[in-house]
Amino acid sequence: MKNRIYLIFTTSFFIFCFVIFYKGLNNSNIYTPKSDAKKNIPTFIAKDFYSKNKISSEKIFSNNDLHVLNIWASWCVPCREEHSILMELSKNRLIKVIGLNYKDNLNNAQKFIDELGNPYSQILTDKDGTLAIEFGAYGVPETFIIDKDRKILKKFIGPLNKKILKEIELYLK
Amino acid sequence: MKILKLFLIIFILNNFSQSEASEKSEELKNKILKNIRCLICQGQSVYDSESDFASSIKLVVEKKINEGLTEVEIYKFLKEKYGQWILYEPELSKNTYILWLLPMLLFLLGGAIIYKNLIIKKK
Repeated sequence: MKNRIYLIFTTSFFIFCFVIFYKGLNNSNIYTPKSDAKKNIPTFIAKDFYSKNKISSEKIFSNNDLHVLNIWASWCVPCREEHSILMELSKNRLIKVIGLNYKDNLNNAQKFIDELGNPYSQILTDKDGTLAIEFGAYGVPETFIIDKDRKILKKFIGPLNKKILKEIELYLK
Repeated sequence: MKILKLFLIIFILNNFSQSEASEKSEELKNKILKNIRCLICQGQSVYDSESDFASSIKLVVEKKINEGLTEVEIYKFLKEKYGQWILYEPELSKNTYILWLLPMLLFLLGGAIIYKNLIIKKK
């Protein structure tokens, strides 16, 4: 009797573990912190891609538009994939698309823009990737939706697509 | 000659204290980096990783130490940006209380079993 209980207990324990781990296989291994609170963007001074002048975050996010900050690099393949979406987004006059060029060679970045078009109203450079960290980014591509009060409404990890484009446009309503 | 000696002593002492300070900040930096998780790597700390994410975090931590932030303040900053997961040691919260309390409960349970068995044996 005692052996039987022991057997049932051990088998059910292993089944329980198996189910937990099997379910875990389907979970995404990209971790994103859950947060309902809207966070303020960091205050920073960044270098402009073209003029090489230093600009403050207050100046960049000064107008009342909805801002879309896109972190990109010429070496990043998914950035190429999402570029057409950004071009489409830039046609909307109520949205200001800002680019943050991440750990990139400036010549290659220029070639990338020349080849695929420039959707950005302003491009900032982040040579060592520290500015992206201040934003809480993981890598490239990553996109932040920022409201007129300089609060981050949402962040998208990975390339943008048509569905996300519609979601971004919903913030205008 | 005396003045020259004095200058030499001050120079050596100054150099020594500077190198000691930089050694201390390097130690603190390494301690912090070992305690934070590289979020895009598989089971590696930021200290062990060479990924783009980890190398940027290393620079940010160094910058924050130079700005005079304490270890706790740096952890707080990283937690605000990336959530609890970036820290290797989870805080006691409603999501983690089982994690913290279960080992203690098991320890007490084990202790109780051993104690009971010993008393029974003695009797």
